[in-house]
Amino acid sequence: MFNTALTWNDLLFLAQGAGMTLAVTGLSVAAGTVLGVIFGVMRFQLGPYWFAPLTFLLDIFRSVPLLIQLVLGNALQSIMRLGWPPFTTSCVVLSLYTAAYCTEIVRGGISAVPPNTRRAGRSLGLTWSQDMRYIVTPLAVRVSLPAWIGLTLGVMKDSALVLWLGLIELLRASQILVTRLQEPLFILLICGAFYFIISFPVARFGGYLEKRWSPND
Amino acid sequence: MFNYTFHWNQAFKALPQMLDGAVVTLQIALLSMAIGLACAIALTLFRLSGNRILGGFATAWVEVARNTPALFQIYMAHFGLGNFGIHLSPYVALLAGIAFNNAGYLAENFRGALKAIPDTQTRSARSLGMTSMQAFGYIVLPQMLRIAFLPATNQMIWAILMTSLGVTVGMNTDLAGVTQALNAVSFRTFEFFALAAVIYYVIAKIVTLAARLFAARMFRY
Repeated sequence: MFNTALTWNDLLFLAQGAGMTLAVTGLSVAAGTVLGVIFGVMRFQLGPYWFAPLTFLLDIFRSVPLLIQLVLGNALQSIMRLGWPPFTTSCVVLSLYTAAYCTEIVRGGISAVPPNTRRAGRSLGLTWSQDMRYIVTPLAVRVSLPAWIGLTLGVMKDSALVLWLGLIELLRASQILVTRLQEPLFILLICGAFYFIISFPVARFGGYLEKRWSPND
Repeated sequence: MFNYTFHWNQAFKALPQMLDGAVVTLQIALLSMAIGLACAIALTLFRLSGNRILGGFATAWVEVARNTPALFQIYMAHFGLGNFGIHLSPYVALLAGIAFNNAGYLAENFRGALKAIPDTQTRSARSLGMTSMQAFGYIVLPQMLRIAFLPATNQMIWAILMTSLGVTVGMNTDLAGVTQALNAVSFRTFEFFALAAVIYYVIAKIVTLAARLFAARMFRY
């Protein structure tokens, strides 16, 4: 195990895979968060009954395995002759997946803002958008940010599944190296360490924020 | 827009096979949940024991399970253990990977639940003459399981969804595996996987509903 055939070039290959993982995660989380904020605000403004169709649609993304969603997304884009490369398909599917979870987080954050605070703001003459910007956003972000960090890390881990569409991300890169070098344990441990190093500090930071920002402690 | 003819009949004809696969999926999910639950209780005990080695072991398990992808954990069981000459079948590797993952997340849920149980209860149980194991088993554990029941239901849904990852290590008897095998024969990808998605959705909803009914019956005061 200590004399390995792994070279610096192979490590570079793994690092490129990690870069792909981060790129897919970053794009999907960014797009998914924008969608999630829009849906979350709509959910809060429209109420549960008018928003029910979208709730059902978003619930599908949370009740069907991501792997199946990716395969379906890929099949759909080829049926519709969109000609998307795997990277685009993965990002679109992952964005919708992120949006489905983010909607709930945003809705939870907005409902955590005391209605009286908002009424006070409105009666002082703030418009709805001013109320949203200066009163709801700062208070809701405090409640939602720890959950959003958890969601981001979840998407980062779930992005490993895009290997099924042929995208060479971290896990697929290590699998290719395993096939070539026949040292599964060592290479997979490096791959796991990559994920752990990315995920662990951020998870700890999220836990710290949750403790620091929780209203009652 | 669609220059494509959907062949739904082909998918519907394969429905019995896919439902058989769904049974295997549910079986793996339930087994992994049972093993995960047992491991999580053990990990919680390790953490409470105050022993640094056992506590460190439990913390390491929880952090690795929560900070690496489930797919990586399954790969570890399937390919990684090959280094030691242990060759697990896809079924066992999938089960082991998901059970490891479940144990980590459930142990973390239990830790949160334990915070909600006042310390004085353990102390009064001990002063009534119970041993520390009795106090844990009869006083703390039932309350802990009750508080952690809803998060555990979510974990069960996750376990069902995670079983679909088995197809990446060559599993061909669960729902995703059966679907992929059918797809490899006919290339009707969209039809087969759409049907599989519907089955997964229905299973997830049934499990959620069953858990709610169970909780309403069991946890009445």
